[in-house]
Amino acid sequence: MTTLLTVEDLRVTFPTRQGPSEVVRGVGFTLGRERLGIVGESGSGKSQTGRAILGLTPPPGKATAKVLDFDGIDLRAASAATWRRLRGARMSMVMQDPKFSLNPVMTIGKQLMEALKFGAGETRAQARARALAMLEAVQIRDPERVFRAYPHELSGGMGQRAMIAMMLVTEPDLLIADEPTSALDVTVQVEVLRILDRLVRERGMGLIFISHDLRLVSSFCDRVLVMYAGRVVEELKAADLGKAQHPYTRGLMNCLPKIEGGVRPLPTLERDAAWAR
Amino acid sequence: MSDSTIDGGRGSALLRLLWKAAKLLATVALTFLGLLIVTFLIGRVVPVDPVLAVIGDRAPKSVYDRVFVELGLDRPLYEQFWIYLQKVFSGDFGESFLTKRPITEDIARVFPATLELATVAILIGTVLGIPMGVWAAVRQGRLADQVVRVLGLVGYSAPIFWLGLLGLLVFYARLNWVAGPGRIDIAYEYAITPKTGLLLLDSAMQGQWDAFRNVFSHIILPAALLGYFSMAYISRMTRSFMLNELAQEYVTTARVKGVPEWRIIWVHALRNAAVPLVTVVALSYANLLEGSVLTETVFAWPGLGQYITNSLQNADMNAVLGGTLLIGAIFVGLNLLSDLLYTLLDPRVRRQA
Repeated sequence: MTTLLTVEDLRVTFPTRQGPSEVVRGVGFTLGRERLGIVGESGSGKSQTGRAILGLTPPPGKATAKVLDFDGIDLRAASAATWRRLRGARMSMVMQDPKFSLNPVMTIGKQLMEALKFGAGETRAQARARALAMLEAVQIRDPERVFRAYPHELSGGMGQRAMIAMMLVTEPDLLIADEPTSALDVTVQVEVLRILDRLVRERGMGLIFISHDLRLVSSFCDRVLVMYAGRVVEELKAADLGKAQHPYTRGLMNCLPKIEGGVRPLPTLERDAAWAR
Repeated sequence: MSDSTIDGGRGSALLRLLWKAAKLLATVALTFLGLLIVTFLIGRVVPVDPVLAVIGDRAPKSVYDRVFVELGLDRPLYEQFWIYLQKVFSGDFGESFLTKRPITEDIARVFPATLELATVAILIGTVLGIPMGVWAAVRQGRLADQVVRVLGLVGYSAPIFWLGLLGLLVFYARLNWVAGPGRIDIAYEYAITPKTGLLLLDSAMQGQWDAFRNVFSHIILPAALLGYFSMAYISRMTRSFMLNELAQEYVTTARVKGVPEWRIIWVHALRNAAVPLVTVVALSYANLLEGSVLTETVFAWPGLGQYITNSLQNADMNAVLGGTLLIGAIFVGLNLLSDLLYTLLDPRVRRQA
């Protein structure tokens, strides 16, 4: 399997009044054209890991790494122009809530076309046809209507599908999905995931799926990284989840309620200061 | 229509539009009625005897009593208000005790001067203030931000009459780059036939380019000063709106898509920041249209601010009330305009009735 992304010793630091605070502390992994899940609780650094890969660590935060290599390109030294060429065209990201991640005063069509216009060079009519085809591919029944609609005129599920369309329309090699279904209704979640899964599979792209939901990630990904307090505490194949060694991973799995043979009281997550060290 | 839609009882699109227009008209009418009541009451409450203003303080008691009745002051207050209302609606705001002319005529003479000055000033303030605010937000905490901050601070805190005098001293007396006080040199005053009362517009329409240059040379200094003050406010507000927008998730989305930074700033973020900015600019404009007394005094500008102040000092209540009503109308009008612009700029407002 060819390697698409290599990350070694990734660190993200934010200056605070109490001195610098490191939220990602030496994360490393490699990714081919496969689906990698990153699981962890709020504040474990999983989202910042995803953003750092795209060079989008929000200022005044700073990201450093020993190796951050995307298909032979050293991202640490990438210029603004290189980033612009990479982002959108070769790597993109689906964010959590379409209510905030779509520009409220621009039509969906315009936002979609923007991804195309700046990704590849083609005529307006071609771009429009591709955008509409992409909206159809995310199972939007009336693409023309959605194309003309403003984000607030769409439901959450529709908005997220439009977002996925926007991020996949350029056929990137790497997609980072940062909690793509957390803001959606449970019934819609499965549908959106299925669409995402199919598109990623068909196009053979690399996927980093970030979530706090261990069960969801393991059913959806090939490999899982478990993060805790800015570190990867365990890495395993999704199929081997039962063989997890780390007490935090075991805790994440045990604290889920079961339909048969209920566990009472439900065990709470244990936290050991030693894991964070 | 055969195909029926469930619309929650809102009726057809045309009906909704009519209903919206009716509601808007009712709001405007109510606001004006309130404004009239307030100005009328102010006129009755102030310790100025309108009779004395007409007859002077040496007239005998019999004359005083006659004028008292003529002015309708012996009638109950609501009746006086009713008469006032009728007069206002027929365009009669009474006569100025000072100039002995109808108020409408006086205002038609002074308001264009203020309108012209305010318009040039707000153009300067907006054209400079918005890019500066955007720039400060993008360079938050860096040199550019500090420069804009200091410029704004000076704009807020320096007294305008002082800046005005300084400006006259430097640019008029010393450098002779601009013309001095007043709207136009006497030499050009009769070259233009007053049509709109806006001298820049009148002279341009009549092809009097020498006069146009002279008027421009007169207006540019006071307009730049007033524009500087609005620029200070507009740039501060633009900066804070832009900082807010640049922190939104859709900006990250645009970056992820590989949209160039200039487009993110000037198209994505500014387009969203423009919505609250409309109100800021409209209110700044309204403030300028009230007429700045100090600027008008320093630059001998025959505008609304000077007129109202003068009337007030001479207890010319009809003129004060007329001017107050005009300013109130300006505020209502500009608020209405900014509401309309809101609907144009923000698709989320468009759908709500």
